[in-house]
Amino acid sequence: MANSAFDIELPLLLEAVYLRYHYDFRGYAAASLKRRLTQAMQRTGCQSLSQLQDRLLREPTLFSTLLDFLTVQVSDMFRDPAYFRALREKVVPLLRTYPSLKVWVAGCSTGEEVYSLAILLKEEGLLERSLLYATDINATALERAQSGIYDAVRIAGFTDNHSRSGARTSLSDYYTAAYGKAVFDKSLKTHIVFADHSLSTDSAFSEVQLVSCRNVLIYFDRELQDRALGLFRDSLCHKGFLGLGSKESLRFSAHSTAFSSFVASDRIFRKEAP
Amino acid sequence: MSAVQLSLHGIDAAVIGASAGGVEILSELLPVLPEACKVAFLIVVHIPRERPSLLPEVFADRCALPVKEAEDKEPVSPGTVYFAPPDYHLLVDRGPAIALSSDEPVHFSRPSIDVLFESAADVYGQRLLGLILSGANEDGADGLLTVRRAGGRTVVLDPSCAAVSALPAAALARGPVDCVLTLAQLRELFSRWPAGE
Repeated sequence: MANSAFDIELPLLLEAVYLRYHYDFRGYAAASLKRRLTQAMQRTGCQSLSQLQDRLLREPTLFSTLLDFLTVQVSDMFRDPAYFRALREKVVPLLRTYPSLKVWVAGCSTGEEVYSLAILLKEEGLLERSLLYATDINATALERAQSGIYDAVRIAGFTDNHSRSGARTSLSDYYTAAYGKAVFDKSLKTHIVFADHSLSTDSAFSEVQLVSCRNVLIYFDRELQDRALGLFRDSLCHKGFLGLGSKESLRFSAHSTAFSSFVASDRIFRKEAP
Repeated sequence: MSAVQLSLHGIDAAVIGASAGGVEILSELLPVLPEACKVAFLIVVHIPRERPSLLPEVFADRCALPVKEAEDKEPVSPGTVYFAPPDYHLLVDRGPAIALSSDEPVHFSRPSIDVLFESAADVYGQRLLGLILSGANEDGADGLLTVRRAGGRTVVLDPSCAAVSALPAAALARGPVDCVLTLAQLRELFSRWPAGE
């Protein structure tokens, strides 16, 4: 079957974005990328990807709009409470044995997950000796994450998830509500470092005991998935933990033997000796 | 009952969308598929987000074809029935292979029927059949239109047979489809689904 114009234009646009802005989406899975680019075309009034590309090359402000279409991922606090319960019950007892802890939330987007982990560590008495790295390629999302401010209408959902994660405290202990917003505590933020990091182009992070990267790898093709998993392997200490999204697996990866399954039902893996 | 005038020749994959009332209809259809059928079935049913789906297990015992929950990056196998997992969109990528996403809900739905149909139309073109069953909202109506525009075949369950008719009615309001079939006619179609080339 002949390629459609869109299929021809797609790799050209990704190449142009890489050359012009040094953001590398060439290893992203095509199906979701196409959907998001189609939305971006509609929003920017472009009739074709070529037209979008033409404008992107000349209008840096348009690129930041595009970046939001391609990267922003709205999650919930304590999304998949069973995952956080498994971390609490199965992983935390082992994390307690380390004198200091480093956690990497890769692809943190607007920060819901890293605050969830900080709260969990605080409840378990581990936050004081922990440092959480929250990384993303989208500077705007990182700023929002850093602010720790969420719409108050979302708090009911967050609270329900939190209580189902085996919570030991109330979520309301960690935020102040005002003017339709909930602002999360500085006492959590002082343990979080927000940083720009690309799983496509940057290298491994400092030695961490836990990597949590959920619903990020599904947007990557297999080659980029393998690159990211290689970074996680290299960043983790011996016997360190890796948490993935509830529908992500290592089954089709070149690194499947670098990890063993630790809590299979909640996609928590453990780094094995090479 | 009149014989169904719809050719299934040259169809590699079928996408099926259902919401309220859909499981009962699927339980009339999927078990009659012949074992030799070589078509891949990709199905979105609107189900609750927060608990695991029982659909693959429920249908696996009753169907001649293998039934499973779709996994990210898995190649699409002929003669297999795939259900979208709860709280993820199901898409078809080049290969063809399965792709999942946790993008925003569409029509308040994740998985969304539109998202599946549009991505499958892009990959399969005229080798795709789109089928809309039953449901309470419009998710799927635009997707079926995309299947038709890409040259695929389109079928809608007669709204009078659907437990909840808003979805098939919305699909029909978008424009002509190849066939509007009763449940009995759909059963006949499924039972004679050819093994393909």
